[in-house]
Amino acid sequence: MANANISSVPIGSEGPRARWKYLDNILGRSGPFTDPDWVPGETVIESLERAKLLVIGAGGLGCEILKNLALSGFKDIHVIDMDTIDVSNLNRQFLFRHADVGKYKAEVAAKFVEKRVKGVKITPYCGKIQDKDEEYYKQFAMIVCGLDSIEARRWINATLVGMVDENDEDSLKPLIDGGTEGFKGQARVILPTMTSCIECQLDMHAPRAAVPLCTLASIPRQPQHCIEWAHIIAWDEERKDITLDTDDPEHITWLFQKALKRAQEFNIEGVTYSMTQGVVKNIIPAIASTNAIVAASCCNEAFKIATSTNPFLGVPDTENYMMYTGDEGVYTYTFQHLRQPDCPVCGDDSRARPLQVNPNSTLQEFLDGLAERPEAQLKKPSIRSEEKSLYYQSPASLEEQTRPNLSKKLNELLENGEEVVISDPAFPTQFKYQLTFKE
Amino acid sequence: MKKIWSMKQKVAQEEAAHVGPKKKRVTAAQLRVQKDLAELSLGSTMKTHFPDPDDILNFKLTIDPDEGMYKGGRFEFDFKINQNFPHDPPKVKCTQKIYHPNIDLEGNVCLNILREDWKPVLNLNAAVVGLQFLFLEPNASDPLNKEAAEDLKANREGFKRNVRASLGGGTVRGQSFDRVLK
Ligand SMILES: [Zn+2]
Repeated sequence: MANANISSVPIGSEGPRARWKYLDNILGRSGPFTDPDWVPGETVIESLERAKLLVIGAGGLGCEILKNLALSGFKDIHVIDMDTIDVSNLNRQFLFRHADVGKYKAEVAAKFVEKRVKGVKITPYCGKIQDKDEEYYKQFAMIVCGLDSIEARRWINATLVGMVDENDEDSLKPLIDGGTEGFKGQARVILPTMTSCIECQLDMHAPRAAVPLCTLASIPRQPQHCIEWAHIIAWDEERKDITLDTDDPEHITWLFQKALKRAQEFNIEGVTYSMTQGVVKNIIPAIASTNAIVAASCCNEAFKIATSTNPFLGVPDTENYMMYTGDEGVYTYTFQHLRQPDCPVCGDDSRARPLQVNPNSTLQEFLDGLAERPEAQLKKPSIRSEEKSLYYQSPASLEEQTRPNLSKKLNELLENGEEVVISDPAFPTQFKYQLTFKE
Repeated sequence: MKKIWSMKQKVAQEEAAHVGPKKKRVTAAQLRVQKDLAELSLGSTMKTHFPDPDDILNFKLTIDPDEGMYKGGRFEFDFKINQNFPHDPPKVKCTQKIYHPNIDLEGNVCLNILREDWKPVLNLNAAVVGLQFLFLEPNASDPLNKEAAEDLKANREGFKRNVRASLGGGTVRGQSFDRVLK
């Protein structure tokens, strides 16, 4: 074992680094996991303090992540969140108080942590990650995500993969992603273009339960259907000029009243205001301790990557994904999620994802099936092959011209083995499939 | 962090080894146009027409200005996009002979973002918005039809009368124009 090299770092319970006593035990001497050429002491402490980190999300996970990073010795942290504080957040988003309701999460969280951990600087941005460009993301050493949206994760993932420049070391930004759903959660580390990315791992997310529009429009069966109808159809019919803001109580109340009336017409019981809010905002029940466990794992990885004190998740050809299940006892499993060579984001561009299809199914059936595939989950897909415009959602004239294709069979439209590209305005990337016909 | 980059070099070498066979693939220009079409916002004043719906690189756009002196007309443009798109801008021509300071009698259009100021980050929507703007604010300082530009500079009311006459298929300064009224 390497000899302890304590150098000039003052270790002890007094002095300016008293708060970091235990951290300094790791940073101030070599350990069994440090590389032979790793130098403990001031340099590594400095690199930890100088590392500029971006935290995406200041909600349940984000509060934990910000607190942990600040208490791990990071000093330059940025945080993005577009949401404002709702009274229902207060049970687990512990950086917020009742008086903060209505204020921006990123701002309040930043102030709170700055106040409690002296010397840390937290820069909030209250807005969408999509507001920022590559130049912005380039300034960070790494990015830690505590999001509840798959779409946002895919966006930042595609952005970070797209940023990698083979000739520029600084263009590669490790992405540490935490996610929770009830008693389940995961922490994963992605080294864009080197290891499996969020797009490669999309099959790990369960598809969102989407009800066909025709069901909502004609035969609602559940209170949620009435809410979705109000959300998707009634709003556009009656309030098309107003952009729906799911944080605006007046908007939620309007949807609630509409849904309630419709539920009465169809003799459906159970529509409430909070259910309306839950359906419209796609709220997943959150357990505070799951957030704490997943955030802790994410921040451990961030610390290890920044300091090289210990091996971290995500080293190519090693484990990169930690899943946690707490609904029956405690179970964690850490494994290597393999990179998909045909990933539409990080995969080799020249290859499309192979997909076996029934040549006798119609294009409409094929598209419906895609909406259910975990890796696609498309809402408004447009699709073409090299030769044919198979179906376009817009512009209107092209939609009309390509609509007849929907009822045609795949073998009337395509040859066996042809590539199709599917785009959807909700996603920055396009999906490519190579369709082979099943016998 | 240095360590990650040295690992990257190793991964890259291993990957160069297997590259799949290339089949009939959707081209990069098609990919990009498909994306742009999804983002196209035409409103109520513009419409597209695809003579061959399978070919999304060639289409027509009609503009029915709902205000300004060209209100009442219906103008048609031809969009031709090559395989270098979005490196190259779309080629846009007016298919009618119209009286406009920024559009010549052959239908060439003078619009900065279709030529000098085109950048790959711009999309088809920027182009159609630019075209629509030409009918709201014809620009005399950047003329393609010098006569029309002079008329606009000299006498706005007179220019307006000329526009009305031309839209109906009339003659201005001895030049006859296509009837483009809706
Ligand atoms: Zn990938």
